[in-house]
Amino acid sequence: MSEALLSVDNISLRFGGVKAISDVSFDICKGEIRAIIGPNGAGKTSMLNCINGFYHPQEGAITFKGIRRKKVRPHEAASGGIARTFQNVALFKGMTTLDNIMVGRTLKMKSGFFWQLLRHGPAMREEITHRRKVEEIIDFLEIEAIRKMPVGKLPYGLQKRVELGRALAMEPELLLLDEPMAGMNLEEKEDMCRFIIDVNKHFGTTIALIEHDMGVVMDLSDRVVVLEYGRKIADGTPDVVKADQKVIDAYLGVAH
Amino acid sequence: MSTAEATPASPALPGWVMPMAKTVGVLALVAAAITLLVQSGAMPRGSLAYKILAGPFVDMRDFPDLLVQTLWEGTVGGILYALIALGFVLIFKASGVFNFAQGIMVVFSALTLVGSYEIMTQRLGLPPGTVVALLALAIALAVMFLLAVVVERVVLRPLVNQHEIIMLMATVGLTYFLIGFGEYVFGGSPKVMITAQLGLPTGQSSFNILGGRVNVQHLDVAAAVIATIMIIALAVFFQKTRIGRALRAVADSHKAALSVGISLNQIWVIVWFTAGVVALVTGIMWGARSDVSFALETVALKALPVLILGGFTSVPGAIVGGLIIGIGEKLGEFYWGPLLGGGIETWLAYIITLGFLLFRPQGLFGEKIIERI
Repeated sequence: MSEALLSVDNISLRFGGVKAISDVSFDICKGEIRAIIGPNGAGKTSMLNCINGFYHPQEGAITFKGIRRKKVRPHEAASGGIARTFQNVALFKGMTTLDNIMVGRTLKMKSGFFWQLLRHGPAMREEITHRRKVEEIIDFLEIEAIRKMPVGKLPYGLQKRVELGRALAMEPELLLLDEPMAGMNLEEKEDMCRFIIDVNKHFGTTIALIEHDMGVVMDLSDRVVVLEYGRKIADGTPDVVKADQKVIDAYLGVAH
Repeated sequence: MSTAEATPASPALPGWVMPMAKTVGVLALVAAAITLLVQSGAMPRGSLAYKILAGPFVDMRDFPDLLVQTLWEGTVGGILYALIALGFVLIFKASGVFNFAQGIMVVFSALTLVGSYEIMTQRLGLPPGTVVALLALAIALAVMFLLAVVVERVVLRPLVNQHEIIMLMATVGLTYFLIGFGEYVFGGSPKVMITAQLGLPTGQSSFNILGGRVNVQHLDVAAAVIATIMIIALAVFFQKTRIGRALRAVADSHKAALSVGISLNQIWVIVWFTAGVVALVTGIMWGARSDVSFALETVALKALPVLILGGFTSVPGAIVGGLIIGIGEKLGEFYWGPLLGGGIETWLAYIITLGFLLFRPQGLFGEKIIERI
């Protein structure tokens, strides 16, 4: 595997007396699909929140693209090239699919406040270029039919797909997916898997994902890191992790 | 064959058509009943019932020129209410803050404009005229921008994600700060708006129509035109541009907006500044019709019934609500006010709103809240 795109070094995160993450280190290599798994409450989502700046770990540091940072704010992480989706879909419910994905282009659009007010000249040209990009994403995700629908009215599976579209619109280097297949039926899951693989293979986007469906995780990912009670208990290829006694105990429970 | 196919498809009507038709029907029935009562002599002229239920309408029919005059004045007032409400809706949509200070921002911005003009012409000895007036306008804009930055830094940022009532109290505090600060810097005495110096028309025209004269202040026409342009521009800005989309995104979900790289702090400054500009325009128009002092505050508070009527998140709602309140209170004052000794304009707006709320608790354009359980 090539060099690390992001590495997490000895991170600890506390909420008052509750330790959400204690002393976890792992890395995400360029171009891989990295899964983060673990039982409920293991600190998986907290980990993603640390990586994209929603939470600031008390100890440890995160190195992204060779830059070591102690504290980063979400919009800085986004402009650095980290996009994400959320466990319980966070879309702009009142806006259409198209507008939601266009919002994902915000950082790529540069024309000034003045031109925006006039909606003319550079602002208009920019609008057209980015609209073209967004249409490509819509084609890619096969959501042409719902282009103009307010996303709040869409079924859950499609909302998840729009959310992925919005993240893709940022053309991220690292894509964080928090349970992209939760609550989906088999068909929707297969579609989503296909999209994730396509994004990874065609655009070369590095992906870190949290998922509970073990079949999906083992099929999709290059490497897996396993968390339990905020600690890392295993790290390696799916085969290695599957055979690890600690992982089996964590998932199946152990007789005391 | 399913039932859906069996019944002939009727064209889908917009949701508001049926209730509207019902309302019109009921009103027509009531009107017919009153006419019948008057014709049959059951409601003699001079009785209180006649004065309330029939007299005003007879006046409207007999003197249509006065009706036109009243409607026009109500419309202009309504447009200005709509502008105040619009500033409020902008902030409520983007930051979920119920900005009690919006009305005071109207007075404060107008006061800054007039005050800095006064200071420049009287104390610094600059020649009065358009140039200095435009300079004062630039200063007022700069002050509103500064206010937006300070509010974001000192009020919004430390209180982010606090409960709504806490944000409301913060803006109540801001209201009293602005009143005190405004009076400290510019003095408490009422000031005259620099209408002519800003190049706004001041004369009036009369038209002979419907057997009478209708007076139209040029300033009112200018106010209506400027307000309309402003509302359309804001609507396009919100719907079709990057910053507009970002504003709506923030309004919808802070978390998601952050994750795509929108800076909340920057958006809040933009929103508060935009609301400040709307406030300044409203302040100029309103100040030119009376004068500029914190007594305008009671006018600014009229934005609340307008908002409740229109729904807090709806720009069209703010406009329609403003017009209903503006026209409603002028008609009420002119035709029914004398029965109560006049001066009902100050509270009629609230009564109109209460009446509407009995039938549409979510406001005219507000989203109907249906909880899924």
